[in-house]
Amino acid sequence: MNKCAVLVFPGSNCDNDAYFVLKNLFNIEVDFVWHKSSNLDSYNMILIPGGFSYGDYLRTGAIAKFSPIMKEVVLKSKKGIPIIGICNGFQILLECGLLPGSLINNKNIKFLSQNVTLQVHNDSTIFTSRLKVGDMLSMPIAHKEGNYIADDDTVKKLEDNNRIIFKYLENPNGSQNDIAGIINENGNVLGMMPHPERACDKILGSDDGKFIFKSIIERFK
Amino acid sequence: MKAKIFIKYKDGILDPQGKVTGKALNSIGINGINSLTIGKYIEMEFGDVSKDEANQIANESCKKLLVNPNTQTYSFEIINE
Repeated sequence: MNKCAVLVFPGSNCDNDAYFVLKNLFNIEVDFVWHKSSNLDSYNMILIPGGFSYGDYLRTGAIAKFSPIMKEVVLKSKKGIPIIGICNGFQILLECGLLPGSLINNKNIKFLSQNVTLQVHNDSTIFTSRLKVGDMLSMPIAHKEGNYIADDDTVKKLEDNNRIIFKYLENPNGSQNDIAGIINENGNVLGMMPHPERACDKILGSDDGKFIFKSIIERFK
Repeated sequence: MKAKIFIKYKDGILDPQGKVTGKALNSIGINGINSLTIGKYIEMEFGDVSKDEANQIANESCKKLLVNPNTQTYSFEIINE
């Protein structure tokens, strides 16, 4: 079994990019899984894509949290299945409590659509095994609520346990400690605001995102 | 019966919208404002429930969905209308 589920909520808009990258560049089996489904048994990787689930009504990710599929995602997370939430996917993981903290409005209130440089801070995770600490990755961000915030204890725990695996080299949105991507305690859930699926081919300006997918896929090949 | 629910950012959480709006008021000559924050106002209308039940429903709604306890605080009042 070597299959990835790309979840689809009403308002997801990076699902096709993720599907294309995994299927065509990494040759793995991929299915779109509608949010009303409640079974992810046949998948050994779950990707929650970016977009505007439920129109970002109330708060980003707040309504998606109650979709039937998210109960199953929480169960699978406990079984150690790799789960990656990108942008809105990250926001949903935070609302579900699979990752700590919150994402609030960018410091300058603007929607930011630009390339950023990420620095790798932990290379011994399933998401970064093909990378080295200090590596710089170029990929785009596209968000208005990407400003990571958590209480001091939480941020200290994240730092102490090496769970901030990506930091912005130049902080675009005001995130505490330049946080761009964090993992859960078990190391199988990653949430990140930048879009690795949009940076997997040089024709798009960067293929640095490939290293993240390569790392995960290699683990179950 | 109605609940009027008020949600605002906790103290210390960046509220750029409020900050900019406060400055804008200042720039059009409205002075004397120390700070301004922008939150959310939600109205909830109830069916046939008692005031205690309405209190409970509003509180549970805030806790389970309407409010993010990491960044927001809330208050509400139940009114007969």
